Amino acid sequence: MSNVFRHVLSNGLVVLLKPVRTAPIISWWVLYRIGSRNEPTGITGASHWVEHMLFKGTDQFPAGYLDKAIDRVGGSWNAQTFFDYTAYYETLPAAEIDLALRLEADRMINARFDVEEVESERTVIISERQGAENSPMFWLGEEVQASVFRVHGYHHEIIGDMTDLRTMTRDDLFGHYRQHYMPNNAIAVAVGDFDPDEMLERIRAIYEPIPAGAAPALFVRPEPVQQGERRVTVERHGTTSFIQLAYRVPAATDPDWFKLELLNSVLAGTDGFGGGGIDNRTTRLYKSLVETQLAVDVDGGMTPTIDPFMYTITVVLRDGVEHQTVQNALDEAINRVIAEGVTERELERAKKQARALFAYGTERVTMQAFWLAFAENFNSYSWFEDYVQSLETVTLDDVKEVAARYLRAQNRTVGWFVPTTDAAQADAEQDEEDFE
Amino acid sequence: MSAPIESFPNSRNIVREVLPNGVVVLVYENFTAQSVVLTGSVTVGSSLELAAQCGLAAMTADALTRGSASYDFAAISEALESVGADLDVNGSTFTSSFSGKALGEDLPLLLDILSDVLRHPTFPENEVERLRGEILTGLNYRQQDTRYRAARAFYETLYPEGLPYHLSARGTLETVARLSVDDLRAFHARCYGPREMILVITGAVKADEAIQAVRRRFQDWSNPDQPPRVRPQNPTPTQMTRRVQIAIPGKTQSDIMLGAVGPSRLDADYHAAQLANSVLGQFGMMGRIGGKVREELGLAYYAYSQIEGGVTALPWNVSAGVDPENVDLAIEKIADEIRRITRDLVSADELADNKSFFIGRLPLQMEANEGIASMIRNIETFDLGLDYLLGYRDIIGALTREDLLKAAQHYLNPESLVVAVAGPPDA
Repeated sequence: MSNVFRHVLSNGLVVLLKPVRTAPIISWWVLYRIGSRNEPTGITGASHWVEHMLFKGTDQFPAGYLDKAIDRVGGSWNAQTFFDYTAYYETLPAAEIDLALRLEADRMINARFDVEEVESERTVIISERQGAENSPMFWLGEEVQASVFRVHGYHHEIIGDMTDLRTMTRDDLFGHYRQHYMPNNAIAVAVGDFDPDEMLERIRAIYEPIPAGAAPALFVRPEPVQQGERRVTVERHGTTSFIQLAYRVPAATDPDWFKLELLNSVLAGTDGFGGGGIDNRTTRLYKSLVETQLAVDVDGGMTPTIDPFMYTITVVLRDGVEHQTVQNALDEAINRVIAEGVTERELERAKKQARALFAYGTERVTMQAFWLAFAENFNSYSWFEDYVQSLETVTLDDVKEVAARYLRAQNRTVGWFVPTTDAAQADAEQDEEDFE
Repeated sequence: MSAPIESFPNSRNIVREVLPNGVVVLVYENFTAQSVVLTGSVTVGSSLELAAQCGLAAMTADALTRGSASYDFAAISEALESVGADLDVNGSTFTSSFSGKALGEDLPLLLDILSDVLRHPTFPENEVERLRGEILTGLNYRQQDTRYRAARAFYETLYPEGLPYHLSARGTLETVARLSVDDLRAFHARCYGPREMILVITGAVKADEAIQAVRRRFQDWSNPDQPPRVRPQNPTPTQMTRRVQIAIPGKTQSDIMLGAVGPSRLDADYHAAQLANSVLGQFGMMGRIGGKVREELGLAYYAYSQIEGGVTALPWNVSAGVDPENVDLAIEKIADEIRRITRDLVSADELADNKSFFIGRLPLQMEANEGIASMIRNIETFDLGLDYLLGYRDIIGALTREDLLKAAQHYLNPESLVVAVAGPPDA
C-alpha cells in the first residue's frame, strides 16, 4: 500500500513524492546516476570531489550563503557519494522547502568550480583521505576491494587514489560535472508534510525549464569471472589484527541478493536502515569467534549495488590470537552453513529483525527519502517499499542454495591486517614512492 | 511557519511519576511510529571508584548484560534479538546510562530485561573474562587512534590528577587487567540503587500502561547503602597555554584538540556560551573556525568547536584533523578565532542567525523517538522543568551580544589554552 507518486518531467527528471504528515518537515533529495564506479584511472575520486564543489557556490547562491541560510531556518543538509551515485539533500521545516528546491535546481547546472576553490578543496579532500588512512581498516578494506575488482570501477575507494587527488585538474572535475549533472540523469524525491499536487506543480515550475542534456556515456567495465581464491596481507604499524573476507555476490536486483541478506543476518548480523541497529550476539559467527575468545567483534555486510559487488565479513581479532586460528574457525562456520544451511528458527528471527529494523528506518523522513532515491537508482523505489515482503518469500532451501553457490573459497578474497611495531616499516608508511 | 511550539514535549503531554524509592519515570506517547525508545541513567559512575580500580564502573555497566538472575547471557541475547530489540548499558564519569529500542509491543520485554540486569546481575566468571579481553583489545586499539589520544591528552592536561575527568572512565590496560569478578559484584552491590534513577519512555505505548509496567519492575528496589551523588569540584583554570604532543608511528594525519574548561549545563551563562560557541565553531558549516580553517585555507576536513556541558564543568574545545605539516598553522588560526570571540562583540546578524538556528532546529531534533527521549532525559537530569521547551524561544531570544562576549571571556582565554596533538612523529 505505497503512497509514493512517481512522475517523469518533460526533461527526464524522475520525481518521487511521498506525503508523510508526522512532523512539519520535508526532506528533499536529488540523486545523480554517477558514482565512483564510473571513474576511469586518473580521475578516481572525481565524483566525491565534485560533490564537495557543489557546496562552493553558484552566482545565485555564493559560497557560504547556503550554509547559513539552511542553519538559519533550523534545517540540515549534506551530500554523499557512493559507488553508484552522488546525492544531495536538505531537510527543512515544511514552509521553507522552496529554498531546497531552488538551490538544488540551481547547482544542477550552475556550480562555479572556481580554480582557487578547487585548489582549496584539494587539501581538504586529501585531509579527509588522510583521516581515513589513520584507521587500519581503511588500508585493509582498500586492499581487499582492489583485489576483488581487478577491472570493474568498484576497485578503487570512493574518495579516490591519493595520486589522482594530487593531480586532477579543475577541468577534469568540471568536465565530470557537466557530463553527468542534468535532469535526465537525476532522481528527485520529496518525503514529508506536503500536498503532492501542490508540490509537483512547484517542482515543475522550478525544474522543467532546465533542459535535458545528452545522455552521458558511462564508464563501466564488467569484472571477469574470478579464477580462484585471492589473498592479500597488509602490514602496518599498529596493535590490532583484522581479517576481512570478501565474496563476490550479485547486484541488488538479483533475487539472490535478498537470500544472501538473510544469510548474512544469520551468520554475522544485519545493519538496518539507519534508524538504530541491534546486536549480533545470537549470530553464528559471534558464537564461534567472539564467545570462544578468538575475536572481539565480527560484522557482516551486504551492500545493494547496481553491478555485482561483494559480501564482506570483518573480524577484529582478540589481542594475542593468531590470524590462522581465527581463519580456521571462520572457515569451519562457513563450511557448516554451506553443508547444513540455516535452521527455521534462525530464518524466522532474521525476518522479524528485518521487520523491526525496517520500521525503525522509516521513522525519519530524511531516511525514507534517501532509501526511495537509492532504490530508484538501481531498480525502482518499490525495491525499498517491498523490502520486507521480498525477504518474507525466502525459504530455507533458498538460503542453503546461495550459501553453497557464493560462499565458496574460489569466489572470495581473504585479507589479513597484520600489525607491526617495526620502526622502519612505520617510516616507509609515511613516504610514497615517486614515479616520474 | 515552523512547528507550533506547543506540540513539543511539555508538562501537559509528558507523564511524570516519582516512585517511592526515588525512581523518576517520564513517558511521552508518540503513535506516529511503531517503535518505543527507552533511555535513562543511574547515579553510578567512575567518580565512585578508586584510581587503582580505574574502569571499574564502566566494566560493571558492560557486564550487566552478560547475565542476570532470570536471563543468562544467551537468554538476554536471544530475547532481544529475536524481536529486533536492543538494550545497552554504559558507564561514564558520574552516571551509568542505558538505552533501548523495540517495537511498541515489546516494551514489557525490554523493561523485564532492564530491571533484571540493573537489579540482579550475576557477573558470570567466564563472561567477565571474555568482556575483559574485549575491553583490553579495545584499549590497545585506541592507543593507535590519533583522535582518541589527542582527546585523552587534552583531558589529562586540563583536569589535574584527582579530578574525575583526568582519567578515562574506560580505565587503563593495567587497571582493567586487575579488576576481579568480586570487585564488580561489590561495586554493584554498593553503588547501584533506585534513588535519582531516571527512566524515560517515548513511542508507541500508552503512558499509564508504561508507568504501570515500570512500577511492577522497579518499585520494590532498594539499596540503603547507595552512596550520595558525587558533586565534583571544578578545576582551576590554567594560567598559560600548555601543549602536549603524542607521537604515533605510521599515521598520516594529526588530530588536534584544544580549549579550556567550559560551563556546566547548570551554569546561568550556559545558553550564552552555547550561542557564542555556535558562532565560533558550529553555525553555517562549523562557524568562524570552519570558515577560516577549512573553507578559506583548506587545512582540514573537519574543524569545529563544542561545549560538552554536563552536571559539572566539561570542556569548551575545538577539534580538527589536519595534515601534520599544517598543525602549527591550524592551531594559530584557531587561536586567532578564539581571540576574536573573546575580544569583539559578535555582529547583530550573527546573533540573529544563531538564535534562529537554535530555535528552528527543534522540530528536526525531535522528529523521532530517540531525539524526544534524549531531550526529556536532559530536562529531568538538569532539572530544567517540563515546560522548558515552551520557554526556550524566550530564553534564547533574550540573549544579547554582550551576553555572548561575557560568556566567551568567562571561559576562554586565548593565552591559556590546553593544546593536545596526536599524529606521526616529527610532525
